[in-house]
Amino acid sequence: MSLTDISSNLLYVAFISYLIATFVFGGAVKGNKAGTFKSEKRWGTIAFAITVFGFLANLGYFFTRWGATGHAPLSNMFEFTTAFGMTLVGGFIVIYALYKTPVIGMIVLPVALLIIAFASMFPSEVSPLIPALQSNWLAIHVSTVVIAEGILAISAAAGLVFLLKEVDMTKKSKQRFWLEAIMYSLVLVIGFVVASTYFTATGYEAEFTYVDKEGVDAAITYKMPPIFGMNEYTQMTEGTLTPFVETPAVVNASKLTTVAWSLIFGTILYWIIRLIARKRIAALLKPFVKNVNLQLMDEIGYRAIIIGFPVFTLGALIFAMIWAQIAWSRFWGWDPKEVWALVTWLFYAAYLHLRLGKGWQGKKSAWLGVAGFAIIMFNLVAVNLIIAGLHSYA
Amino acid sequence: MEKMQCTCGHINPPGTVLCEACGRSLTEKEQNSKLVDMRYEGTARRSQTYNKSIVDKIWNFFSSVKVGVSIIVALLVAAAIGTILPQEQYVTVPVRTDATIEAYYSDVYGSIGKVYYFLGFNDLYNSFWFIILVGMLAISLIIASLDRFVPLYRSLKNQRVLRHQSFMNKQRIYAEGPADADSMQKAEAKLKELKYKVSTDKNGLLAEKGRFSRWGPYVNHIGLIIFLFGVMLRMMPGFYVDETLWLREGETRAIPEAPGYTLENKGFEVENYTGEDGEEKFGEALDRVGTVAKNYQTDVVLYQKPEDALPGETNLEKVKEYPIRVNQPLKFDGYAVYQMDFKEDELKTMTFALTNKETEESLGNLTIDLINPEKEYTLDGGSVVKLLGYYPDFSGFEDGEPQTKTPLPNNPGFLIEMTTPETPQGETSFITIQNTVEPFGDNDYKLAFQSVETRDVSGLTIRKDRTLPILGLGGLIFMIGVAQGMYFNHRRFWIQQQADGGIILAGHTNKNWFGLKKDLDQVKEYASLPAYTDQQEEIEKLEKEEAELTP
Repeated sequence: MSLTDISSNLLYVAFISYLIATFVFGGAVKGNKAGTFKSEKRWGTIAFAITVFGFLANLGYFFTRWGATGHAPLSNMFEFTTAFGMTLVGGFIVIYALYKTPVIGMIVLPVALLIIAFASMFPSEVSPLIPALQSNWLAIHVSTVVIAEGILAISAAAGLVFLLKEVDMTKKSKQRFWLEAIMYSLVLVIGFVVASTYFTATGYEAEFTYVDKEGVDAAITYKMPPIFGMNEYTQMTEGTLTPFVETPAVVNASKLTTVAWSLIFGTILYWIIRLIARKRIAALLKPFVKNVNLQLMDEIGYRAIIIGFPVFTLGALIFAMIWAQIAWSRFWGWDPKEVWALVTWLFYAAYLHLRLGKGWQGKKSAWLGVAGFAIIMFNLVAVNLIIAGLHSYA
Repeated sequence: MEKMQCTCGHINPPGTVLCEACGRSLTEKEQNSKLVDMRYEGTARRSQTYNKSIVDKIWNFFSSVKVGVSIIVALLVAAAIGTILPQEQYVTVPVRTDATIEAYYSDVYGSIGKVYYFLGFNDLYNSFWFIILVGMLAISLIIASLDRFVPLYRSLKNQRVLRHQSFMNKQRIYAEGPADADSMQKAEAKLKELKYKVSTDKNGLLAEKGRFSRWGPYVNHIGLIIFLFGVMLRMMPGFYVDETLWLREGETRAIPEAPGYTLENKGFEVENYTGEDGEEKFGEALDRVGTVAKNYQTDVVLYQKPEDALPGETNLEKVKEYPIRVNQPLKFDGYAVYQMDFKEDELKTMTFALTNKETEESLGNLTIDLINPEKEYTLDGGSVVKLLGYYPDFSGFEDGEPQTKTPLPNNPGFLIEMTTPETPQGETSFITIQNTVEPFGDNDYKLAFQSVETRDVSGLTIRKDRTLPILGLGGLIFMIGVAQGMYFNHRRFWIQQQADGGIILAGHTNKNWFGLKKDLDQVKEYASLPAYTDQQEEIEKLEKEEAELTP
């Protein structure tokens, strides 16, 4: 077995461990029928042990892959996103050690699973580094960022638990709508994973030629049945679906098609859950959070940010500027990724001022924590895949 | 406004909430509240005191947290908008003018692009309003910090040990009750053991720890201000150099904006991953994406004019040889030279044979240097080729005159006059690649293309940034300030022994009440102090009970 194989097997082990731990954490916080929670501590400890085991396997994946590729495995979409899933669990382990809160695990682990599954939809073969990435700063800058984002995401998890308990799911309200929207967006990620896996497994391919936005002829291969067609496309593979809509040249219709299929699969899945459960997903989770100490969740949400914010500043701004000065001759160039790092930083700065200066605690603070995670995910997904820039390596 | 005299006799500056000396509440609002607001120690903040003149209004505007957060959010939103479409610096158009850039946005992005350009979002980060927003943030940082720091510093520096009972019992942590005779001494000893600074006055003591954490926010704001100052400084001449140098292989040129320095390009190379020799592991990835670059490198020699050189002297001293690669710029004397771009296979020379059209007989070859062509080429047999005009990047005729788009030899055009022993009157011809025009009728001779030499051109960026140390200092101070403010806290206890032997005690911290209580538990245990209550929690409990009683 080569080092690369060992590495990917360790990632499987981590994935399975997190999956098991999710259910054990869920069982731990739900308690028994009588409504007593005596077992919470014991099952929580078991779930935590499984999580730590998975995390060690995850670290094993990381360092064996480092050995196999010869560089820190943080250089493309697959590697970075997988590392984000790992640091998310790492952040949870630190918080659990401090506060002993299994309910956070019940939220963090499935999200980490989704992130790792999402990552594995991208090409995962060992790839070489382009000249701009050949530097020790790759390991320093990117690992600091990914650790910071893992810690900051814990704040969103605590916020989500807070909201799941606090928001009344029986009455119509804006908060109920947005909370359910978060649940729906998580299901959409599953939709993306299911769609990608299904069409890859069936080996779907449709080739097209088209005219790109600079007016140059180009070719593209769709991996999913084309709902949207590229600008002035010509179908090259026979017997495949004819696109329903032709898009203007600035739109990448292939990516749009992927989004559309994710939406279709995700929405179907969401409604299946809704119809079987006869409840909103957020309401479905209510029994798991009834034992939650709100003040503690508020404290954890804040703690995660005051730990994560300085680390983020160091990694995403200071180290980033140092490396940019070395590689690109300027420490700041308003590249989309740089801008979104600044946006994230400004957002958490605003959070801290609102919390410390205006007394925003509890619900408001929880919503901000969740919004911060949304910005981080936007920076990870949209800025890499949609907005073109110097950081678009995937 | 008038100065405020407290019942204890102390005269406080106007706007004070808690007497500086004894801590009594001076305002009616404060007198009626169950707990005192300790955020800025009840000092008089300018922004909360004056609101008459225009200066007051501006000061109050910028010192408000609400305004500060609004500026942050405005910057955040503006920055995000700037990423919807690429900024104009990342747009590639053949010739850069306002018109071509505007055309690019509307051609590529349609009506969205048009609106984006119309609103000036194509260069958003250099727009006056964005810069004004950043400026407002800087002003807010300065004013909001001063407004809070100055009174807070004064107040903490001049703290008195003895406080009035009404100050003590309105603290969140409060205790009163009988105690042992040696309780004060024991409490003092224990607090010292817990690393508190203890000062005593008559029957009271004040124990304090971690006061420096109160300065954290102001320290990190100073760091940010220094950073922004550094960014501003680059507009000053001499602090910042950003030049591009296209250097052909074999060429030696003066480095722009670096007087006395010259750079020679010994050779440029691009290396791609091959998938062999230890790169087999990348095979799969290379098959999928095609070519992946491994290295861009320019081997250069840096020369410097000797310091004692006379004007006009061309003697150069070699400073060093260096391979410039991405991530490995050449550094000297505060400058850095970066490998940023390249152009492979630029035309260097073209060789022609002066040939008789009919007999195909050659009278000899001539080689034209496309950067520095000669005016006249004399061949061995006495024939002469005169270069009447040279158009390195020929783009067509305008009013019968040949035009050149750029000074780069991308599509050279030559207007020549050939004189041979056979045709002493001379024949004129206009030659471009694969095309010859004979403006004055059929010629007997032609220049037949023989061969071409090419070379690579390195695109180097020359940078000097003297503001970097200032920016680094700003970043460092910011990080120190953040750690100072977030990871430490300012804890205080006031303890007084009363005439009847009983003790009153109050405690305050700017955050982490849990830690404060843990300290107090130890002191209480050791010195047998009365039990304390967390009055905030009491109030919250009461409110909750009330809420439950009224459905």
